[in-house]
Amino acid sequence: MPDRIYSISQLTAYVKSALQMDPLLQDVWVEGEVSNFTRAASGHCYFTLKDERAALSCVMWRSQAALLLALPRNGEAVLAHGTVSVYEARGIYQLHVDILQPAGLGRLYLEFEALKQRLAEEGLFDDERKRPLPALPRRIGVATSPRAAALRDILRTLSGRYPLADVLLAPTLVQGAEAPPQVVAALAALNRWSAEREPVDAIIVARGGGSLEDLWAFNDERVARAIAASAIPVVSGVGHETDFTIADFVADVRASTPTGAAAAAVPDGRELAVLVQGRAARLAELMAAEVVSSRQTLAVQERALARNSPLQLLAGYRQRVDELSRAAVLAWTHQLTLRRERLAGLRGRLEAVSPLEVLGRGYAIVRHGETGEVVRGVAQVARGDPIAVRVQDGEFEAEVG
Amino acid sequence: MNKETLSFENAFKELEETVRKMEAGGQTLEESLALFERGTELAALCNEQLDHAELRVRQLLPAPEGEVKAVPFEDWEGEGKWEPDAGFPF
Repeated sequence: MPDRIYSISQLTAYVKSALQMDPLLQDVWVEGEVSNFTRAASGHCYFTLKDERAALSCVMWRSQAALLLALPRNGEAVLAHGTVSVYEARGIYQLHVDILQPAGLGRLYLEFEALKQRLAEEGLFDDERKRPLPALPRRIGVATSPRAAALRDILRTLSGRYPLADVLLAPTLVQGAEAPPQVVAALAALNRWSAEREPVDAIIVARGGGSLEDLWAFNDERVARAIAASAIPVVSGVGHETDFTIADFVADVRASTPTGAAAAAVPDGRELAVLVQGRAARLAELMAAEVVSSRQTLAVQERALARNSPLQLLAGYRQRVDELSRAAVLAWTHQLTLRRERLAGLRGRLEAVSPLEVLGRGYAIVRHGETGEVVRGVAQVARGDPIAVRVQDGEFEAEVG
Repeated sequence: MNKETLSFENAFKELEETVRKMEAGGQTLEESLALFERGTELAALCNEQLDHAELRVRQLLPAPEGEVKAVPFEDWEGEGKWEPDAGFPF
């Protein structure tokens, strides 16, 4: 029997640590041809480097792959730097690539790297510089070639997604030595238009796919600085999926294609319609809730109102009026009684001094029958004169004898 | 309120604001009803704009004395040859 038996995991871990202890394998440059290149949804890249006799599995993590100027194409000769390690699950060794460059580096590539480095150090690529695009843009500037299919892609996308947009095209060459100053001028024209005439909410800088050399205008420092200096947020959409330019790094939003840039610059109208519908529905819901709660409040208030009703008040007033009128009648009656009594008193006193009272005691009043004068003396009458004698209960006539 | 002068984004912002006010509450029933009616009107306005908008495209061209003008840029929708009459003026 052997002295010791290792598990697969143990052996694999041993091999892994042996590789990791080898200084060469931890800092190695290799040259080879790319094959089986795939970029996973996670952003990590997997590929094989090979020469005539051997193959090497390679992995490039998303963080490093994001810095690539262009993702390698199958068959391309590259120079890769990294560390060799073991992927335990499959028992294979692989190169973890952190630098990947085209083999036989060209002048362009070195220029690109140098500029990227410089601008990165200046902070032009910093996330803090990135401005958000307005949620509901009104006017979109487009700096691209009016003759290229990229423009049609952009306009179709804008029209399909957000036809409310007002598009201002700033025509520019996108290729060749004249392109960089034209792109700069186009960005300046859009910024000036925005400042002086009509506000522009976002600018799309775009160019369709092409070779590295074709896209070179977007690796120009002047273009990079114009994008950084734009007062309006910039969306870049240069080349294909796998192309990265300096313009992409500086732009506020990087899209991988012109169509992608158009889609990034505006919201989707269908989503907006859903949003509007949602807001309207919410309003209706709030209104319904308010009506229900108002009904409840109303019921409460109705009860409160019933207690403080004007009808109640009126009833109270009525009662008061009744009371007052009863009082008035009473008062009047009282006055009447008083006056009656007073009248009776007066009448008594009047009667006390009435001549009729005297007549009752046996006296009589004699008036002359013809003149009607009261006879107070003998001289007023002669024999045979008619006289009227008034006694208490009546009058009779007589003749002076 | 003149419907035609209200842009989608302004109508939508006002709609959002109306919903916010309703959510905050504190209005009389009459005020709420006014808000609700306004909101409904705004939603209809938004929908109408979304349904009937047509992309407007202009291009900037140099004008005399260093000025810039905007002229309509048409015929981009055609399926035929892509040869709009445009140059590289800047």
